[in-house]
Amino acid sequence: MSHQGNGRDDQIAAALQGKVLTTRLDKVLGWARKYSLFQYPFVTACCGMEFMSTAASHYDLDRFGAAFPRFSPRQADVLWVVGTISHKLAPLLRNVYEQMAEPKYVVSFGACASCGGPYDNYATVQGIDTIIPVDVYIAGCPPRPEAVLDGLLKLQEKIQRSKQEWK
Amino acid sequence: MADKSPEQVAIEKRFPAAVYDWYEQHGMRALVVEGEHFVEIARLLKEELGYNVLVDLTAVDYQPRKPRFEVVCHLMNLKTKARIRLKVHPDDDHPVVPSLTPLWPIANWYEREVWDLFGIRFHGHPDLKRIMLYEEFEGHPLRKDYPKTKRQPLIGPEN
Repeated sequence: MSHQGNGRDDQIAAALQGKVLTTRLDKVLGWARKYSLFQYPFVTACCGMEFMSTAASHYDLDRFGAAFPRFSPRQADVLWVVGTISHKLAPLLRNVYEQMAEPKYVVSFGACASCGGPYDNYATVQGIDTIIPVDVYIAGCPPRPEAVLDGLLKLQEKIQRSKQEWK
Repeated sequence: MADKSPEQVAIEKRFPAAVYDWYEQHGMRALVVEGEHFVEIARLLKEELGYNVLVDLTAVDYQPRKPRFEVVCHLMNLKTKARIRLKVHPDDDHPVVPSLTPLWPIANWYEREVWDLFGIRFHGHPDLKRIMLYEEFEGHPLRKDYPKTKRQPLIGPEN
């Protein structure tokens, strides 16, 4: 925005040097959102063990700003679907998802949540993406904590990239 | 024929015609009994022969064998650590077995599970309803004639 001979802009720029960062609103909202993820762990099966070990001190999910489990979907940003979802449970999972406030994200944790895993039978939902939208799929049976952290970083990238709704 | 066990002697004495078969299977004695005397034989095993724990109650569908169904109870004597397997063959078309809930309260849930998955009714059960699947589910999925690919989701697509 510098105009020739306009010393005022230069003065302002010099005065603010090193004190102010300029950015776009989308970007700063994304930055804030990706580092303050409140989680809702929807844990149904053995994958829960890996989720616990990832969340606990050794792997420490807190390093990435995703520390706080909220046991009310109304206060949560990320729905972790950890484990096998049966047809009996499916309406309940959708109910939990619908209770979450925008913006909301879903992580499908492990083979069962992503595609039914080894269970192709009368009881098991063949992937939670048949009933709710999913942002990140984490492969594994169950996934190692490194894979979980990778999934979380992928989700953060996605949040940073996406257009931020705010009202 | 080998010597009869005390259980076999006691049961055959009390119910001479009720036991169809005695045999040894997977290291455990098994007896197949008539449905009518099923509860009385279970009571005899529990109260007089010391088989006081109902370890398991389940069922098998042996289709196309006749009789098709088999309800299997595993009993255990806590004092002697002896185990015995008690079996009964219900009817093919309308399978009903007398309930063991008056003898062992735990039979309540086991029998609901067998009803849920195999469709075998238990006469005298206080509250015979599905325990695992939802009420909307039609049929009994562990029956051999339940189609392997049949899906009955509450929400979402069929597959």
